[in-house]
Amino acid sequence: MTYDHILVRFGELALKGKNRTQFEQRLQTNIRFALKDHPSCRVKRTYGRIIVQLNGADATKVSEKLQKVFGISSFSLAMVAPNQMEAIKDAALEAFLQHEGEKRTFKVSSRRSYKAFPMRSAELNPEIGAHILRNTEGVTVDVHHPDVEVNVEVREQGTYITCGRIKGRGGLPVGTAGKVALMLSGGIDSPVAGYLAMKRGAELEAVHFHSPPYTNERARKKVEDLTHILTAFGGPITLHIVPFTNLQTTIHQHVPSNYAMTIMRRMMLRITERIAHQRGMKAIVNGESLGQVASQTLESMYTINEVTNMPILRPLVSLDKQEVIDISQEIGTYETSILPYEDCCTIFLPPNSVTKPRREKANQAEQSFSFEPLIEETLQGIETVEIGKEDERHTEMDDLL
Amino acid sequence: MIYLDNSATTKPWPEVLEAYQKATQTYFGNPSSLHRLGTEADTLFQKARQAVAKLLGAHTEEIIFTSGGTEGNNLAIKGIAFAYQTRGKHLITSTVEHPSVLEAFRYLETLGFEVTYVPVDQEGRVNPRHVEEAVREDTTLVSIVHVNNEMGTIQPIEEISRRLKKYPKLFFHTDHVQGVTHVPFSFRDIGVDLCTISGHKFHGLKGTGVLVKRKGIRLSPLFHGGGQEFGVRSGTENVPGMVALAKALRITRERQRETKEKILTGKKRLLEALQTLEGAVINTPVKDSAPHIVNVSFPTLKPEVIIQALTKKGIHVSTKSACSSKENQPSAVIEACGLGKERAESAIRISFSVDTTEAEVEELITQLRMIIPEMRKVMGVAK
Repeated sequence: MTYDHILVRFGELALKGKNRTQFEQRLQTNIRFALKDHPSCRVKRTYGRIIVQLNGADATKVSEKLQKVFGISSFSLAMVAPNQMEAIKDAALEAFLQHEGEKRTFKVSSRRSYKAFPMRSAELNPEIGAHILRNTEGVTVDVHHPDVEVNVEVREQGTYITCGRIKGRGGLPVGTAGKVALMLSGGIDSPVAGYLAMKRGAELEAVHFHSPPYTNERARKKVEDLTHILTAFGGPITLHIVPFTNLQTTIHQHVPSNYAMTIMRRMMLRITERIAHQRGMKAIVNGESLGQVASQTLESMYTINEVTNMPILRPLVSLDKQEVIDISQEIGTYETSILPYEDCCTIFLPPNSVTKPRREKANQAEQSFSFEPLIEETLQGIETVEIGKEDERHTEMDDLL
Repeated sequence: MIYLDNSATTKPWPEVLEAYQKATQTYFGNPSSLHRLGTEADTLFQKARQAVAKLLGAHTEEIIFTSGGTEGNNLAIKGIAFAYQTRGKHLITSTVEHPSVLEAFRYLETLGFEVTYVPVDQEGRVNPRHVEEAVREDTTLVSIVHVNNEMGTIQPIEEISRRLKKYPKLFFHTDHVQGVTHVPFSFRDIGVDLCTISGHKFHGLKGTGVLVKRKGIRLSPLFHGGGQEFGVRSGTENVPGMVALAKALRITRERQRETKEKILTGKKRLLEALQTLEGAVINTPVKDSAPHIVNVSFPTLKPEVIIQALTKKGIHVSTKSACSSKENQPSAVIEACGLGKERAESAIRISFSVDTTEAEVEELITQLRMIIPEMRKVMGVAK
């Protein structure tokens, strides 16, 4: 007998009343996506738990994948026994023996969700505990601070035995909060903002402003790579590449240089809002943190934000730079983010941007040129790619390997 | 032609050559160039890296592409020795290493490093306890070959690795060049810090290899330049070579699983035949040796002559390590095992590939049964 199941627990979901089924289904789908490289795994839902049947898949690798899925509070390797006392005792002993790590003391905690089972939890604990004691050397029971807690869950389909638990990523299953538009630049902040939005259940569509030839192929590739890294946390992501060159050069020509940055941001926000409307998204997420750079002073946010009344979520608003860097390293976007390619925010950056732009002046500056047709034209030129579903070119490359 | 010198090198597979050719024609851009060709070459290169990482059980950023086994071994050994010399200047290896390991250590000795050479038993195996006993406060590196290239002896890498875990200040490197094909392990599971493999030993191309380096370990580079390979190995990336290596490794892993039994049977058959062949003394250990290597001595006979006789019949085998077999000297490995000069002077090595067939092994046995008695008669050792 070996650990051939993983028992997945979700804390916060249990609180969600009527929506729970939908939440559980979504989590099940997300787990399936996360385990797509392990086709032998079966992901089943049972009351209040999700069970992953490994069927020979590598438990360590599957665990690594599960640790990236939002909505899981914890999970454990499990053995399954039929609902029959002798079998449960043997499986519990086996689970204890095969558990790795310190195990001089233990306790048994039983739960009987399947009430048709004849023994009560309070009767199960001593029975199973005694069986383990009889068959091991130098192991004792400690109900207060055990090295190992042997969990026994009697369910209708069978009894699941686990030892110890691995902490999950927490949060809510991606997709349960609806869809949001992530403004993804390619820097350190915006991927982290996207990640944090996903943590609270948002599904992402990323919007990237690309200004060829001023921003190059590598910058675009970098954004695709970043998006790809984010897919590990919640499934495929649609990436909208916005051709921004015309709009950007026009701003550069017609707007006073100290307001160019502010106007550019307002244009980006307008375009993102329209994409969001078209695609049924209810909010915009960006990587702004309060007071970090010129465009992120409170005055600047106030002036830029004027162009939309769609909610703008700023998950990083109160984080320090180092805290953002720490998260980006943990989620694996940092190394890609720091690759030195120009993005559209850094080119044409005038030396004299105002740090406290005013709404009246911004509006006045936008009167200098009729931007609306240009915005329309830009929207028409958007290129949309699905990241996480491999494209043609890549299969051709994969054939070579 | 019957090719039984696969420990020296293997024949590149057609699929591998095809991938190489396609990669070198279509994706010839320099991965560091910013234009589309460069970006594509880079994408392909990173994909090759990912594929290799997955096959070896390592992280992508732990894969350093090199030019082969010699470079990998040198980079690991000198790289650690130099990078951590402020921590200590004591190194440990065994007496049965490949020249690219042994000579790297000898060179370091001339620079003031101190090296302990752990001896082996008659089967060519180090005792993990002896390795641990050699560890000192100032030891920075232990390097032990996984599968010996002449004898086929498998070293207890896992146990050594487990014992060395108690000494977090030193690093453990294994030369996995001979093991990667027929005695594969997962880098993560085996617990070593560094591990060298070479592409042409598994039907890839010469001039390709990998050094796997656990995350967080520093290496002093052998080549300085443009900072490729995470700054550890400068030089324009060999995109098609590494694509070929990735492909060869993938096919090897598949074929190894399919042909494991066949190779073992072939080895068993050959060993049985050699046991009944007068004048043959088997050097390869019966237990814990690689399934693809058989080392046998014919005392008093000259191995070069046996090889010439077999080559005439279209069968290709070798004396000891190909890297040193041109020098007319007894095998250092067999001498290190304490098997005597006579056996060390008269050893030949037969090494299989996943493509070796039963018929080929039978043909070798038939030829040996004719050649050996005849030679013994000429030399005056047979009655």
